[in-house]
Amino acid sequence: MDTLELSRLQFAVTAAFHFIFVPLTLGLSIMVAYMESRYVSTNDDMYLRMTKFWGKLFLINFALGIVTGITLEFQFGMNWAEYSKYVGDIFGAPLAIEATVAFFLESTFIGLWIFGWNKISKKTHALSIWLVAIATNLSAVWILLANGWMQHPVGYVLRNNRAEMVDFGAMLTNTYGWLKFFHQIFAGYIVGAFFVMGISAYHILKKSNLDFYKRSFRIGATFALVSSILVIFSGTFHAEEVALTQPTKFAAMEAVWDTQKNAPYNLLVIPDPANEKNSVEAIGIPNLLSLMAFHRADAEIKGLKEFPREERPPVLPVFFSFRAMAGLGFIFLLLALIAFVVSRKDRLEFNPGLLRILLYMIPLPYLANQIGWIVAEVGRQPWIVYGLLKTSDAVSKSISMSQVVASLLGFTLVYGLLGTIDIYLLTKYARKGPDNDLSGIIKTERI
Amino acid sequence: MEFQIIWFILWGVLWAVYFMTDGFDFGVGILQGFLGRNEGEKRTIINSVGPVWDGNEVWLITAGGATFAAFPTTYALMFSYLYSALLLILFALIFRGVAFEFRGKVDSEAWRKGWDAAIFLGSFLPALLFGVAFGNIFEGLPMDAAGYHGTLFTLLNPYGLLTGVLFVMLFIEHGALYLAVKTSGDLAERSGKLANNIWPLLLIIAVSFLGYTYFATNLYANYLNNLILLIVPVIAVLALLLIKVFAAKGNYLSAFFSSCITILMVVFTGVIGLYPNLIPSSIDPNYSLTIFNSSSSVYTLTIMTVVALIFVPIVIAYQIWVYRVFRHRISAEDIIKDSNAY
Repeated sequence: MDTLELSRLQFAVTAAFHFIFVPLTLGLSIMVAYMESRYVSTNDDMYLRMTKFWGKLFLINFALGIVTGITLEFQFGMNWAEYSKYVGDIFGAPLAIEATVAFFLESTFIGLWIFGWNKISKKTHALSIWLVAIATNLSAVWILLANGWMQHPVGYVLRNNRAEMVDFGAMLTNTYGWLKFFHQIFAGYIVGAFFVMGISAYHILKKSNLDFYKRSFRIGATFALVSSILVIFSGTFHAEEVALTQPTKFAAMEAVWDTQKNAPYNLLVIPDPANEKNSVEAIGIPNLLSLMAFHRADAEIKGLKEFPREERPPVLPVFFSFRAMAGLGFIFLLLALIAFVVSRKDRLEFNPGLLRILLYMIPLPYLANQIGWIVAEVGRQPWIVYGLLKTSDAVSKSISMSQVVASLLGFTLVYGLLGTIDIYLLTKYARKGPDNDLSGIIKTERI
Repeated sequence: MEFQIIWFILWGVLWAVYFMTDGFDFGVGILQGFLGRNEGEKRTIINSVGPVWDGNEVWLITAGGATFAAFPTTYALMFSYLYSALLLILFALIFRGVAFEFRGKVDSEAWRKGWDAAIFLGSFLPALLFGVAFGNIFEGLPMDAAGYHGTLFTLLNPYGLLTGVLFVMLFIEHGALYLAVKTSGDLAERSGKLANNIWPLLLIIAVSFLGYTYFATNLYANYLNNLILLIVPVIAVLALLLIKVFAAKGNYLSAFFSSCITILMVVFTGVIGLYPNLIPSSIDPNYSLTIFNSSSSVYTLTIMTVVALIFVPIVIAYQIWVYRVFRHRISAEDIIKDSNAY
């Protein structure tokens, strides 16, 4: 291992850890905002208690999401100085804009929301959580436009030994970035929706606060159903964009070795990278891969052998992550549909099997988010900016082995500790159930 | 005016506002264990910054992001050269942020003690290390064509450490005044007394810093070439004196605002002295990173200027509004009754 490998590992560890918290924030913020809006419009205390219960879990999760995000911004400079020098002219802008237009909004209004219960009117209070939810999603726009640029760089020229921005509009309208954004937010909403359904299922199984959790469940189920449909649609468009712009990633996702027209979609595949072929390839549906990628049965799919070995991503992690992610996506849709129907018919407590499945399902949408990013980031290798800059040329020159070993160890220990504490607290408060004492909230219209 | 200069000013403003706002959070965090005599007081101290610390910290994120967008070469070299120091700051900030949220979540003395330690270290270390980092930037880093010739320990030189101590003292004074304004009763009184008592020490350190700066850095050159600029350090000194004038009279709100101005002007004093460098090289000025040789293209700077001119005032406006919502004093009795408090 050298500083390059260690820095890559460290970025993977810190980004993956950060991304345990982000998807839930994306989805749960909107659901909590919806609950509080319902409280404002109906004046039903049930919705207030929902806002408080789910809001508490939201905040426990949010705290770690915020603090682990700073690491990523710092790391571009700390470990990837050559990258930052080379593309900072264009890549720095969306990060700075994210902080200015989104992160400030999110962090300022979360404080108002936590502490403002009896200081501002009910409507303003509900508005502040909506601003947090909007800002969180707006954050995702800028971060994914930045990532979209690394995947499919646009609007730049090579000048003064670096990539310089010449067309900000091209970056703003980069289809790749927007597809990533939509696919990601819906994936995040699924995490939030299954989180709400899973915890509600636990309480419904225990017959505690039945009405409260059945209503929460219903909100989660609706959200899950809509999101799991949209995540599949956006994912389909996203995959087409990958086929168009990142042929090596697409070939690795589908384990296509030889360039072919009328490419079939094989349901069963086991890649054998050493011999540049698939050791198992069965149950092929003719033309389907060509159709999926380019909407034409005779469209040509470029195989990995078309590219020199040193320009191919590692096939196994990309291929299996992609398959697993897509498979999970369909499982989410199926379960969301069942959960939606059963909860609409008000039959939840008579279906303990479903409830148990949903409880143990909570981690799976998280997993789908993580492996989705493995497809995106490992699939882009060996490039850090696709076709423009190799990851191996991007690492800082001034850092030493001992520094990166120490920081990687530090991150692993600190994140391990904090992650454990976070899961413990989430479990504790999820089990505990809603707080029925609302005396902390003085319901005044205006002070 | 050239865009590089606009962004140099904005760069200075972002850091200055960051230290002015998160500075009292650091001070409050350092003082929590010393001023809080019981659990109610400790919680009051934490809750005094509860609604605002997160928004304050974003000024750091924005300062970092602005360095990246406007001066990418400086961002790249500053962050990779100061790797270990930044890493410590990161861990400290991570623990501080989590501590605020998690401290009250489990009813156990050991649990709270652990998070109290995290709040102290998470406030003290960044305060010290940001000072050390800026002190070293004022001195210049040992860098040339081959890169950086230093370690974490070269940063801990006398001038760097003095700047670190200056930052810590400024923030303790700032935090004590904030608590004198934001809390009530006995706690507020003790905070005010502390602010009065430590002020002479702050003055001594500030004067030593100004003197040592003459020998250790090149910061005064710009002032000698352009005497009108001296107004900035003069205001810094006057504001520092005003802190004591107001605090002695028990007018802690005015003392706190004087402290705000002191911190802003101290940062500006350093930044003006650096111009046109962002990081001077202590080996050979030819290797200094300046706002001209490390900046983004004019195109990028133009776009970033438009974004900043529109959004930074909006941010300031809503942050001031939120500060106004939480302008009232808080007390242990309120906190215990409030199920939403930390």
